[in-house]
Amino acid sequence: MTAALRPSVSACPACAAAPAAEALADQGALDAAQIALSLPTIHCSACISKIERGLNAHPQVNSARVNLTLKRASIDAVPGVTAQDMVQLVEGLGYEAHELDAGTLSATSNDKAGRDLLMRLAVAGFASMNVMLLSVAVWSGAEAATRDLFHWISAAIALPTIAFAGQPFFRNAWAALSNRQLNMDVPITLAILLAIVTSLWETSLSGEHAYFDAALTLTFFLLAGRYLDHRTRAIARSAAQELSALEVPRAIRLENGTECEVMQADLKVGDAILVRPGGRMPVDGEIITGMSEIDRSLLTGETLPVLAQPGQAVSAGEVNLTGLLTIRATAVGADTSLHQMADLVAIAESGRSRYTSLADKAAKLYAPGVHILSGLSFIGWYLYSGDLRTALNIAAAVLIITCPCALGLAVPAVTTAASGRLFRRGMLIKDATALERLAQVDTVVFDKTGTLTAGTPELTNLGALPRPSLEIARALAQASSHPLARAIVQAAQEAGITAAQVDKITEVPGYGTEGLWQGKKVRLGRASWTGAEALAETATFLRVGETAPIAFTFADRLRDGAAEAVQALQESGKNVYLMSGDTTPAVEALADRLGITHWLAEALPADKSTRIQELAENGAHVLMVGDGLNDTAALAAAHVSISPASALDAARVASDIVLLGGDLSPIAAGCDTARTATRRIRENFRIATVYNLIAVPLAVAGLATPLIAALAMSTSSITVSLNALRLR
Amino acid sequence: MNILSYLIPISLFLGGVGLVAFIYTVRTNQYDDPEGDSRRILSDHYDDHPKP
Repeated sequence: MTAALRPSVSACPACAAAPAAEALADQGALDAAQIALSLPTIHCSACISKIERGLNAHPQVNSARVNLTLKRASIDAVPGVTAQDMVQLVEGLGYEAHELDAGTLSATSNDKAGRDLLMRLAVAGFASMNVMLLSVAVWSGAEAATRDLFHWISAAIALPTIAFAGQPFFRNAWAALSNRQLNMDVPITLAILLAIVTSLWETSLSGEHAYFDAALTLTFFLLAGRYLDHRTRAIARSAAQELSALEVPRAIRLENGTECEVMQADLKVGDAILVRPGGRMPVDGEIITGMSEIDRSLLTGETLPVLAQPGQAVSAGEVNLTGLLTIRATAVGADTSLHQMADLVAIAESGRSRYTSLADKAAKLYAPGVHILSGLSFIGWYLYSGDLRTALNIAAAVLIITCPCALGLAVPAVTTAASGRLFRRGMLIKDATALERLAQVDTVVFDKTGTLTAGTPELTNLGALPRPSLEIARALAQASSHPLARAIVQAAQEAGITAAQVDKITEVPGYGTEGLWQGKKVRLGRASWTGAEALAETATFLRVGETAPIAFTFADRLRDGAAEAVQALQESGKNVYLMSGDTTPAVEALADRLGITHWLAEALPADKSTRIQELAENGAHVLMVGDGLNDTAALAAAHVSISPASALDAARVASDIVLLGGDLSPIAAGCDTARTATRRIRENFRIATVYNLIAVPLAVAGLATPLIAALAMSTSSITVSLNALRLR
Repeated sequence: MNILSYLIPISLFLGGVGLVAFIYTVRTNQYDDPEGDSRRILSDHYDDHPKP
């Protein structure tokens, strides 16, 4: 798409100046000069310095910096420099480069929440190390005045640290309590505060036990869990946003006969818009001039391109294949049919049964349990000894020892390890609970066009065609960029067929190409144009002179790994379904080829989601894999959903997992990883419970010391983290 | 035990220096590109002179 929009500002010097100046005034000079490029192929220090040197040598670039982690370059240039210039410059250096939409990216550029957590984590770590040093001195025998001094210094470090580092927990706990609910943060907050209060009290009475170190290490471990969790999600979010940012929302508007590149958001109803071959319709509209074919597969799942001629309506999201089209906008922005369908997804999503994650389930059991246990030990000891101080001390010890350090780390440590592993294989986990839901899947529903198939056709009857016809067809096909023509050229090339000598080749957009071969008129194109009868399958026809036309039939090329993915899923005992908006013969052929027994053809978007809901009502956990706008409702209705990176933005937003490469084979492996991850999470819960079972009776019996609390807490947290690392 | 009156402030001070240094690195975006930074030290191209 970017390639099709290349000749931009230079095409119209007159209107480049005035609107550009206006745009500058509107958005501020910064916007125009900040350019972000995606550089997917860079990998070493030589790449960094080569690109940076090349960009910085450009006279209009103020500064350029390459980020190898994100594989991005950010360029600060004088206003008027376009991203296209920069892309060409970098491509000239021998690297692949794509423009990224700065507006979409800006949301991720400064991760404030992550930085905030990191800062609190650092402060808690610093304080807990220092207090632990002092505590070790106390445990190893410091007495009387020395012990009191150490306790007071610990208090002086712990109080401000807890006040700063504990804020995320305090805020969450307060939010839950004000909604009259309990979450994991309520016992955490209570344990921290109670530990601090009793320790202060003990210290002021020259007592033996103070839990300042426990309160701090608790905060530190829990913050570590939070940070891991946040970082996993932030990485997924920024990768997802980069995918969206690759589609720069620009369009070419015709103003008094000149072409101007404008942002899609600035288009108005009635504007004349130029759509080049390969470009996507930015708005709903009506064709004014031009003949072409349009590909609707992302909206409807149909693979056959549709003829487009003046007067015909087009919808946003359709792809123009062959000829130059000028359309008049009839609906823009949020009014386009593309947007209205995306809104349907929001409705479907709100109806999706709310999944409670394992962590939430654990918290529901855990939070009331701890409170009751510590409350009971407080009452018991108060009645038994009549001493408020002892009773409070024991209640605090119970809360601290049961505190969910390991529970807080159990889930994030595993999801971080699992998401990292899947990310390296090309699966991007967008949703926090997607892994757990993926582990439950027993039914997989695939969309056809663009998901199981790559959306590019493949010639199927090469062997049955006479060689001279193929030679003529190759010559005619070479002159066109139509997908079917390109498929013929590719097939002919692989079979070693050379092009025949055909003169005066012209392309008739929307119909095909024609030329003169040995004085005879030859045509390659639509059935109606070559005088043939249309076939049920995708086909194009060659007519030589007045002889009967010959059909070239095509099938959609399978996406890489599609066959392997379907086979692996079926072998692991899952039901595989195929649902498509395409015609029955096309769907049946593909289902036969892949060995899928359940299939549904000519399905409307609503049919797909109803069918999935039916499956869900029968107790199946459905994984939906789809890419088109017609799949979005189904993606949102399914238990968990995957879309390829080539999918429409709306489909990617609706799905929980995005496949980054073109390959489908990671899906089966992903299901396995998800299952292992869920098993690890459960194991972690069990480990944490075992530690509690050992330590809690000690605490309730009043035998717990700060040393035992510290040991139980650290060992359980470390075991849980190590168990999670086994996943990598 | 008088040695404690030196050692404790010193240990707190040293820890504090580490903490301040860490906060400084977070504030100045030094963790944005860990992979790139680990490669950049191999480059003999110095970028400490900004473009005039």
